[in-house]
Amino acid sequence: MIHAGINSRVRAFALSMVALQALMTFEAAAVEAPRGESEIANFLLRNGMEVVVIPDHRAPTVTQMVFYKAGNADEPPGKSGIAHFLEHLMFKGTSKHPAGEFDAKVAEIGGEENAFTSSDYTAYYQTVTAEALGTMMEFEADRMRHLVLTDAVIVPERDVILQERRSRVEDNPEDLLEEETRATLYQNHPYRIPVIGWKHEMEQLNRGDAVAFYDRYYAPNNAILVVAGDVDAGTVWRLADKTYGAIPRGRDLPQRVRPQEPEQNTKRTVVLTDPRVNVPSFQKSWVAPCYRVTEPGEAEALDLLSEILGGGTRSRIYQELVVKQGIASWGGAYFQGRSLDPSSFTIYGSPRGEATIEAVEDALDAEVRKIIETGVTDVELEKAKNRLVRSMTFARDSQAEMANIYGKALATGSTVYDLEAWPLRIRAVTARQVQAVATKYLNPDRSVAGYLLPRESATSGDKRR
Amino acid sequence: MTMFNRLPIGAAKPLLIVLVLLGLAAMPARAAVAIQEVKTSSGIKAWLVEDYSIPIVTIRFAFRGGTTQDPSGKEGLVNLMTGLFDEGAGELDSEAFQERLDDAGAEMRFDAGRDAVYGSMRVLADQKDDAFDLLRLAIEQPRFDQAPMDRIRAHIVSGIIAEAKDPESVAKIAWSKALYGDHPYSRQDEGTEQALATATTSDLKALHKRLFARGNLTIAVAGAIDASALKQDLDQIFGGLPAEPSLIPVAETAPKLAQEIRIPYDLPQIGLRLVYAGLSDKDPQFFAAYLMNHILGGGAFTSRLWNEVREKRGLAYHIGSALVNNDHASVLVIRTETRPDRAAEALSLVRAEVRRMAEEGVSEEELEAAKKYVIGGYAIDNLNSSRAIANTLVAIQMQDLGIDHIERRKQLIQAVTVEDVRSAAKRLLSADPAVMIVGPPLERTKG
Repeated sequence: MIHAGINSRVRAFALSMVALQALMTFEAAAVEAPRGESEIANFLLRNGMEVVVIPDHRAPTVTQMVFYKAGNADEPPGKSGIAHFLEHLMFKGTSKHPAGEFDAKVAEIGGEENAFTSSDYTAYYQTVTAEALGTMMEFEADRMRHLVLTDAVIVPERDVILQERRSRVEDNPEDLLEEETRATLYQNHPYRIPVIGWKHEMEQLNRGDAVAFYDRYYAPNNAILVVAGDVDAGTVWRLADKTYGAIPRGRDLPQRVRPQEPEQNTKRTVVLTDPRVNVPSFQKSWVAPCYRVTEPGEAEALDLLSEILGGGTRSRIYQELVVKQGIASWGGAYFQGRSLDPSSFTIYGSPRGEATIEAVEDALDAEVRKIIETGVTDVELEKAKNRLVRSMTFARDSQAEMANIYGKALATGSTVYDLEAWPLRIRAVTARQVQAVATKYLNPDRSVAGYLLPRESATSGDKRR
Repeated sequence: MTMFNRLPIGAAKPLLIVLVLLGLAAMPARAAVAIQEVKTSSGIKAWLVEDYSIPIVTIRFAFRGGTTQDPSGKEGLVNLMTGLFDEGAGELDSEAFQERLDDAGAEMRFDAGRDAVYGSMRVLADQKDDAFDLLRLAIEQPRFDQAPMDRIRAHIVSGIIAEAKDPESVAKIAWSKALYGDHPYSRQDEGTEQALATATTSDLKALHKRLFARGNLTIAVAGAIDASALKQDLDQIFGGLPAEPSLIPVAETAPKLAQEIRIPYDLPQIGLRLVYAGLSDKDPQFFAAYLMNHILGGGAFTSRLWNEVREKRGLAYHIGSALVNNDHASVLVIRTETRPDRAAEALSLVRAEVRRMAEEGVSEEELEAAKKYVIGGYAIDNLNSSRAIANTLVAIQMQDLGIDHIERRKQLIQAVTVEDVRSAAKRLLSADPAVMIVGPPLERTKG
């Protein structure tokens, strides 16, 4: 992910994850939302599949997303990319519906479909007219257990993911650096492995690997169904019970325990020089907690810290480096709290005019230091809270976005209740807590810095021409 | 968190935008969004879709005349201007304006398109008045102060310099020049470092005065607001603008076909682009061509190009075609990226599919499936959020397609026959295309 492209508004929804386990039909406690038809339902099918229904009756369309609690951080050693490869192979047909039939069915009603894989989950979705929901569930439930994989489809599709790697990683220096920085930030946790996989391992992925991953993780008791749109909870329950409910419960999976990071004792640096780069850029990352694994209030405080430090044009980094000092053309910060295991906090920037990359790095460090030393003001904290909380209201404008937010949260150990209570928890954070997480997690001597540099000047700083 | 998708999201986007701009197809009967036409006493018009299920209001508007209105030698001026509307207006300097906007809980943005400047605001309903007052100031009295202008210009120039060695950007610049020669469409929206260096605050003020008028303004609103409140707001926001703009006329043009452009770079993949003639959205054959394109390469997971190049042979991650309609030119473009050792094979496959389409057209079954898709998909693609509704309604108005367009288009699409498609395919795809190849040289032996 190129940091310049990160949007704090989008990031802010991502967020609510504290490990409360209660499964319940939820009485919406949304703080700034009207009640009534927008109430969110949450229940379990008998085979253990969790269901979330997010009603939105503005248009007669509906989005179904099925999240499997398995991503690239759950892959066996040496099989990097298998979660994502399987995601592609899930479109290759079942014993009942040959390849292309599901796609044709979605296309016939003008629906949209796609799938995505991350470190912690894999998801499949369709947006269709409301009356087609039952048919979509029938197809999606069918491929949960009845996928047919032959070697004839494996080879061309493996070429497709290798081409995807060329297009999305190898072709862009920013993405190559991001991949390497991640591999350096995490030394032991599988988050160090790219979601798409390492090329040499992808080349060896085969049918047996895909089937093994599928058989292990694709079962109703390891899946979450999220339905958002013009539908009510009763209808979803009835349709889901008939389709997904007919699939036998899979075996119980063990807790998702991955190797955790050791204590970090060094400052590490990753440098990429590339002839395609003309202006250098800089980023610095730390391993930081996530909503699931943290002291109470810390993840919320980190979200506010990233908003205050670098969440947009009102942030300290933008105001100081871009507006006041004029040494950067862009800069900011982001925190990725929506993961199953401890994630990352990043600051970034790129020099402008005659300024050097060192000057940008120093100025970014200075902004972090200021917060560690003197904290944040109540006024800026209040404004940051307002921005994060209202982003949840804006998110309700898109049913697909809502389905995404809830599915991701549930797939990484949070509950519907956590998401609904998130605005209140954000409101409760104090300035002292923001300062405390900055002090605790943003230690300048225990960080990973990434430099993207033009080929001509292996020494940074010296600019173009 | 990094995401990997079955279909490239970034690649799919332009196709979606095209759909919106064309305002194609019709929605299912049940989906009829109730569009009201609102007209104020001072003559400002807007289309409104009222909905109170979420407490937000979204407004979208366009002033016709986009980056084609850059004065010669000042390329990039319109784009620079759109970066400055939240950088001070009226009595408020940049800092004060942004603070007020943040306090009002509003998201405001402006974008420079080739043919129009677009603006939008999304705001919580209970803070609408404060936010709309800031929108009025931004539209009516932007300050274009020197310091924010220098900062935003430096940001844009830094982007231009940063991309100067990026093969994708180099290719885009070469491609536009090769296709459009001296026409304004040959320029890059962001302009050039040299031209931007000459821009002054008085240039911006003059440009704003020329482009922002009631006579070239189109507005759509969706969300928690009724017609009478909206009328007052419209008069307040836009009422102070001059009646008519002063636009530079832009010539009609067509891309130069039958040429090959090579951009040699040492890259892990080869990018291929082919451009054929398009046709105006007012053309009687337009829907036949639109359905033809859908079957050729427009339908993401079902098109002929998708099946031949990706599904059967694994030669590409992304492949697609699109009809692109600007105000003064139309094209059909095909795009893919592929491994260097099989790029020649991919290119000849694409050309063979195009030839087959031009010579044989499509089957009844393909046409039926395509009709269902483009009719059924309209609401899903174009009306699935208040932001999407506002975008769509601005596009329909700008094309002057009428308030009943969404229903009427359905009939027009239904009426297309395989003969119509064959004739459109022959018309667009028989000529030799413009081809661009970015990356290492093609290995002809493997093709």
